[in-house]
Amino acid sequence: MSLQAVMVLAAALLCTGLFGVLTQQSVVMLMMGLELMLGGVVATAAGTWHHLAPDRADGQVIVLVAVTAMALEMAIGFAVVTALFREREVDVTDRAAELKE
Amino acid sequence: MAEATSLWAVVALPPVLVVAAATVAAVDARPGTGGVAGTGREVLRLLVQQRRSTNASDRLLLRGGVILLPMAALLAAAVVPFGFTSVSDLPDGVVWFNAMEALAWAAVWLTGWGPNSALSMIGGYRFLAQGLAYEIPHMLALTTAALGAESLRVGAIVDAQAGLWFALWMPVSFVVYLASALAMAFWGPFDQPVGSDAAGGAGVELSGVDRVLFLGGRRLLLTVAAAVSVPLFLGGGHGPLLPGWAWTLVKTAAVVALLLWVRRRLPVLRMERWTAVSWMVLTPLAIAQALLVALVVLGR
Amino acid sequence: MLSAVVLHALAALAVASGVLVFVVDSMARATFSLLTSLLCVAGVVIGLGLDYLGVVTVLMMTIEMAVMAVFMIMYMMNPAGLMPMTMVHNTRGSAVLCGLLFVLLVTGVLLIPWPEPRGRPPRDATRELGMSLMGPQMLTMMTLGMALFATIVSGVVLAVRGGRYDRRGDGLDAGREPGPSRGDVGG
Repeated sequence: MSLQAVMVLAAALLCTGLFGVLTQQSVVMLMMGLELMLGGVVATAAGTWHHLAPDRADGQVIVLVAVTAMALEMAIGFAVVTALFREREVDVTDRAAELKE
Repeated sequence: MAEATSLWAVVALPPVLVVAAATVAAVDARPGTGGVAGTGREVLRLLVQQRRSTNASDRLLLRGGVILLPMAALLAAAVVPFGFTSVSDLPDGVVWFNAMEALAWAAVWLTGWGPNSALSMIGGYRFLAQGLAYEIPHMLALTTAALGAESLRVGAIVDAQAGLWFALWMPVSFVVYLASALAMAFWGPFDQPVGSDAAGGAGVELSGVDRVLFLGGRRLLLTVAAAVSVPLFLGGGHGPLLPGWAWTLVKTAAVVALLLWVRRRLPVLRMERWTAVSWMVLTPLAIAQALLVALVVLGR
Repeated sequence: MLSAVVLHALAALAVASGVLVFVVDSMARATFSLLTSLLCVAGVVIGLGLDYLGVVTVLMMTIEMAVMAVFMIMYMMNPAGLMPMTMVHNTRGSAVLCGLLFVLLVTGVLLIPWPEPRGRPPRDATRELGMSLMGPQMLTMMTLGMALFATIVSGVVLAVRGGRYDRRGDGLDAGREPGPSRGDVGG
């Protein structure tokens, strides 16, 4: 798979994820968009490692960081949603902002 | 030492495993159901049975889950050496095995979710809680075996046990592995995800071919988990007199027999008690054992 | 040749199931199409020669999505998609923005003169990664470790509704009240 093909895949995933993040009202769906965007990051890092600098481990390290970021994002995200829901019974981004005032 | 494999191994693996799992099912059948013949009759009856369906069920996800369970077990078996030959001795065989076990989580949850039925859903949730609790010690036990051999390749782990079996100098990991393997295959004292108190849990609404695939897949998973303990802890094909494949068979049969015996001897406790055991007893023990092995490996 | 076809098919499937995440009504289906998408990305990663990282991604994403499904069902009003409803805002603007961004990125990808590959891949990429993490990239490894630890602690703090110290006092000696849920450990 050529570098360009991997990059196009990553761009498509990133934009799909971004669309989800911007449009979805539910916090949980929003997090799924973030996961998709990070999936694009993983693909990019693997592609650049393979095609540009396979002799250094930097690309691999970025993949590892991105995968860890996905796990952390989900864990903290769900903890925040749980705390928010317990406190205010909301799980929708718009209403969470309104209640702040 | 793992030898190159040919196409026949790929073709032969599924039937061999299915026969093994069927044997497990027949040996384990409750008294009064007719042993081997009874199990065979039951499977045939289910295969010709018309499938029931429930109201507003999510058929796509249900079928996906039911098929995924035996598939995951078969894929996990690809790295298990029979004697000294495995279908594919991947460089990251141990991680591969664990990843395929994780697919079983998704499979059971999907099967529980699919039929749109409360009890079946409860079964799916139970398996997630159990899987989460037992995945940590399971992973640590697998890591410890890989650490002892300084390789993630299952073939290299077998080679490292030409002298001393890992079960002898990392006994805690071995026990933790067996306990968590039982939990991963929701078997014996850990069968709450399909427990009778939830009328059969995740499998309650399954009928016909689905039921055969799901319950058969669970036995496949148990067989594969038992078979993996042989190369990881019991020296694989190493042993006097007999050839490698015979030793693999004997050892696997012994582990399966032990697990079946455990099922008869241990009570089914409430789930949260078992999860507490995992978090507070098994996990620290597994970490301590890994530390010990790491020190030995460093000092070598 | 065959592997190239497989990889491109995986990439197409990754994008298709990624789009499906925001199309399907059922939350369970959305979660598992996200899983399909991420597993395809992991397949591409394996195909690019990073087999360890690919398999680890499969392992982590499967577990993550299985857990995510629980929260999806818990916090969505319409988990099974039986009563179609939309919970989106600003669809048109976002679509235009994301479309433009995609066009921009693809143009960039196709027009940039990418440099020639430097060096050859190591014989054992996994070993290379391990040596790097325990050597020059030690700082990254330690940061990841601390971040994971901090996540465990803060996740528990945020999600727990009063632990044993709330119920039994700082010295754990204020009587034995039952916890909020069965199986609450530590008294």
